[in-house]
Amino acid sequence: MADTPLDIEAMITDWRRFLGQRRVLAPEDIDELEDHLRGQVAELQSRGLGEDEAFLVAIRRLGKIDAISREFALEHTDRLWKQLVMAGQDAAGAGFNREMVVALLLAVGAAVSLKFWDITGLFPLQPDQELPLFYLINAPFFVLPWLCGYFFWKRGLSHVHLLKLVPPFLVAALVANAYPFAGAGNTRVLSILHMPIALWLVVGFAYAGERWAGVNGRMDFVRFTGEQFIYYLLIAIGGWIFIGLTFILFSSIGMNPERLAFTWVLPCGMTGAFIVAAWLVESKQGVIENIAPVLTRVFTPLFTLLLAGFLVTKLVAGQGITMEREVLIVYDILLVLVLGLLLYSLSARDMGAPPTLFDKLQLVLVICALLADLTALWAIAGRISEFGFSPNRLAALGENLILLVNLAWSAVLYFRFAWGRGALAPLVSWQTAYLPVYAAWAAVVVVVFPPLFAFQ
Amino acid sequence: MNINKDLMAASATPLVLAILAEGDSYGYAIIKRVRDLSDGQLEWTDGMLYPVLHRLERLEFIKARWGKSETGRKRKYYQLTSQGKAQLVEHRQQWQAVDQALRLVWKIMAPLPQAAC
Repeated sequence: MADTPLDIEAMITDWRRFLGQRRVLAPEDIDELEDHLRGQVAELQSRGLGEDEAFLVAIRRLGKIDAISREFALEHTDRLWKQLVMAGQDAAGAGFNREMVVALLLAVGAAVSLKFWDITGLFPLQPDQELPLFYLINAPFFVLPWLCGYFFWKRGLSHVHLLKLVPPFLVAALVANAYPFAGAGNTRVLSILHMPIALWLVVGFAYAGERWAGVNGRMDFVRFTGEQFIYYLLIAIGGWIFIGLTFILFSSIGMNPERLAFTWVLPCGMTGAFIVAAWLVESKQGVIENIAPVLTRVFTPLFTLLLAGFLVTKLVAGQGITMEREVLIVYDILLVLVLGLLLYSLSARDMGAPPTLFDKLQLVLVICALLADLTALWAIAGRISEFGFSPNRLAALGENLILLVNLAWSAVLYFRFAWGRGALAPLVSWQTAYLPVYAAWAAVVVVVFPPLFAFQ
Repeated sequence: MNINKDLMAASATPLVLAILAEGDSYGYAIIKRVRDLSDGQLEWTDGMLYPVLHRLERLEFIKARWGKSETGRKRKYYQLTSQGKAQLVEHRQQWQAVDQALRLVWKIMAPLPQAAC
């Protein structure tokens, strides 16, 4: 016992950290177990064991952590659920609460930045009139700067990053509001549709900070995007129920809550919930994370069937697709969804694992999407040669070409992987490297198209 | 001696309740007491006691409070509630009935091996 044993405090700290990873063990449980461990160590030491020996024996007596966690889980099933509401972080929670306050303040800020234009009477919201175009044009500016502000605070970004974040928003706001658009023409609609896509990249800068340069930072951003989407939908469902109940309750006493619902609850809720959803994703990492891969597993076969069925039917019927604008948009959304499924299943995948049957299915999906994209391109090319360029056709052409390049190279890389001739990493880095391309094209549509087509 | 797991689980509740009937106590002391009472025959896996304590707490047979140990550290003490006392009486009657039956049956069985010899 003369030699200095390992520091028992350090060993206990390590042990506590190890236990802390068990979701089912609350910090108080670990306190209780620690008290037990210390009691046992003290007794064993009094019987002449060295400190580290006593520690090892005491740990052994305590039993296997897996088995104990299982017993705790059986007794405290609620805790496995509560993770959604409680912090994933320290239950002491000072940091958690501060983050909640910051997130809520930013959410209120977002709502205020929208309501400001209504309250001041510049662009009044009227429940029985059409929404002023102003709000559609500026929708991204009511939420995205606040979201960037949240990440700026959360990641502790330096002021250097402001150079990357602020100018894009200023330019975008200028382009959206100062371009002399001729009414709500094609270029205007295209600008409204593409603005969020272009600015989402800026959110990516804020989200990933220095890590934007690496594959992992971008992949995390992809995960974040998907999960924020899921959270936002969940909040939106709750919001609709809330508004529905508001109507029923107030109507029952002969009041019309239309004004309250459509000029206050809905706009403030829609903007604020965006920030809240981001905060939820950030603080509950690992909860919904488990849902997204399940969703991709469920929908990959379904979308494969849908696309394959569509292509076969088209081939058999020999029917060319009529490419109305709406159809083209739906087409593009479908292709983006396919890419989303691909990205998401990649993001949830163990990079080292060998290819499975699911990978081959995913390859079939990519090939189907590639063929569908080709038919769309064919139709667009036909329209362009017939009627010449229009803003819509050019935008669709660009988007489908971008998707084509991505899908084609993805198919090659996936093929190599699925047949054991390559790793998965090149596919992942190809996808993450490609992310700025979408935003760049969206920026072109927003900035270059309007002057190119004389703001029509 | 290796005591059957089910038997360990079944006896845990009355043992814990009975030990707490002697006075408030905490996890480590309860385990030591069990060891002493059984002459080391009942060797619980220490960590398994805590889920049992938490279950009894949920059922309101015992009440927990945080106190301090002799060295001033946080320690969770458990106390028997009136419901727990009633439960203990119940358990005691049940176990006595089992015990009585077993004793009788052992007595009847006892001559058998000797007769065989």
